[in-house]
Amino acid sequence: MQVSNEPVKKPCLVGRGVTKTFGVGNKAFTAVDHVDFDFNEGEIISIVGESGSGKTTISKMLLGLISVTEGTIEFQGKPRDISTAAKRKEYWKNIQPIFQDPFSSYNIFHKIDDVLLDCLRMRGLGNAPKEEKERLMTEACSFVNLKYAELTNKYPFELSGGQMQRLMIARIFLLKPKILMADEPTSMIDACSRATILDMLLKLRDEINMTVIFITHDIGLAYYISDKVYIMEHGKFVESGTAEEVIIHPKQPYTKRLLSDVPKIYEEWDLDTVDELTAQSDERYAKKK
Amino acid sequence: MGKVMLEVNNLNTKYITRFHEDVYSVNNVSLKVEEGKSLGIAGESGCGKSTLALSLMGYYFAPLHYMSGDIIIDGKNIAKMKPEEVRKTVLGSDIAYIPQAAMNALNPTMKIIRFIEDVFRAHGIQMTKKEIYDMARERFAILGLPEDILNRHAVELSGGMKQRTVIAISTILSPKVLIADEPSSALDVTSQKMVIKMMRDLMAKGYIKSMLFITHELPLLYNVTDDIMVMYAGQIVERGTAEEMVFDPIHPYSKGLMGSIIVPESGVKDRKLTALPGTPPNLKNPPAGCRFAPRCPYATAACRGMEPQTTYFDGHREYKCHFSVDKLREVYASEQ
Repeated sequence: MQVSNEPVKKPCLVGRGVTKTFGVGNKAFTAVDHVDFDFNEGEIISIVGESGSGKTTISKMLLGLISVTEGTIEFQGKPRDISTAAKRKEYWKNIQPIFQDPFSSYNIFHKIDDVLLDCLRMRGLGNAPKEEKERLMTEACSFVNLKYAELTNKYPFELSGGQMQRLMIARIFLLKPKILMADEPTSMIDACSRATILDMLLKLRDEINMTVIFITHDIGLAYYISDKVYIMEHGKFVESGTAEEVIIHPKQPYTKRLLSDVPKIYEEWDLDTVDELTAQSDERYAKKK
Repeated sequence: MGKVMLEVNNLNTKYITRFHEDVYSVNNVSLKVEEGKSLGIAGESGCGKSTLALSLMGYYFAPLHYMSGDIIIDGKNIAKMKPEEVRKTVLGSDIAYIPQAAMNALNPTMKIIRFIEDVFRAHGIQMTKKEIYDMARERFAILGLPEDILNRHAVELSGGMKQRTVIAISTILSPKVLIADEPSSALDVTSQKMVIKMMRDLMAKGYIKSMLFITHELPLLYNVTDDIMVMYAGQIVERGTAEEMVFDPIHPYSKGLMGSIIVPESGVKDRKLTALPGTPPNLKNPPAGCRFAPRCPYATAACRGMEPQTTYFDGHREYKCHFSVDKLREVYASEQ
């Protein structure tokens, strides 16, 4: 066996047999079905799957927004305890989300200064001197290529989608959580700003050793950004490994199919397999009736 | 050279805001699409792609206003028609339009077949319900949609299926031009592929004569259209075939756009993504000179002072920049 020189990464979030079932009786629907995962510190982990595969359900469970039906989640070596509101609040200091839609991520009545000041308050810097607070906020804004001086006294709706999403990352930079849960953070912004956002996530990993859980349906993005990739189908992880292993040398037919769905530049995009897909989806549709 | 299906000459349109300010959203756009060809329009959010699509339909409603220019569809100039006339004689039969969230266009209380009957009625085509049903069934079968969709309500269909149904409905009268404005951006990759396949089929079987495809997903555009046009701040900055635009972009803005392409192919991971700094200009007062100059890494004083002319090169390609093609190619080569 090859001995790696890299330091062994500490586990950050570990899940065993994590399951989420919605509803009861014969109407019960298992969205996430006994999944195991090991997310290490300072890694970018992508969860890739189609709509309805359970990606967002996992993210909500990890964020502690919905309960886990079965299984355990360990955070930094200890079982995660979010049974009371106080404990949950403590947990949220360690994990923070960025959602898909930047337009609905802000309170429209709060100025941008307030958004950033809130973060400082959460870090216990609410009573710090004004200069110190301003220095931190300026630093956070310049981390995401925004100018703090231009943002003061503005409301979120005065920014573009890409800028709003960058401001979200500035929040994360101020809060410095252990884990960032990015749920399709780039699917609502155009290709050009997307590159900026991805590079910022890479910067968060490299500069403050943050664990980023990146949820996407675009396997191309997953390849570019991640250290590890988990492929999800119908609530189960079907394949996992490093980006190189999973995406360049896929083993599972489902991964291969996902890859064939993405338009490519250097290889030919095979549209003929689509008829099979149509047939499959029509079959599912016929069953539903 | 095939018959020209859509020809646009120096089209100018503007928005008038509620504060009575003019926003010049489409500026001197000229383009041609031949029969059997497809043209892709690429650009960032806010560069005027969707406004161009709306303007091309000749369907002007406040705040969008027509200023000057011609829109000629298969020999018929629709630029100066009244909206009501456009709706009756042009939309659906000459131009079909698919917006991004086309699937939300379906009224949840109506069966799918009713929408199709509606299309025929709105265009004054006398056909019995039976004839319409038969025709729709045949078309749906060719496009690979199950027949029983016709008797269902929109809520019973999945997102991708709704999108495909809307495309099938809007092209039922076999229009000459199909304008698709980000038809697959709201879908996941698998449904996207099915939508693209369907649009290819429509072209191949001659139900639509030409297509204009608007998106910011360049790998998608590369695989779908014959030609690509890059738009910036309401103007066309470069046009060429898909191959040329992706592998040999000339305009600094196109170059930047192509640098943001992400595909799951080996070697991509080590490549540095280039992202253009800044945002598109506010078109209330567009920058003097070249509109891209404030964000362009190569801009000179001349760029800021004078607007560049559209120049043709390599026979069929066009670009809008002060620098010569050879100079730009040299600069890009030296950067690598």
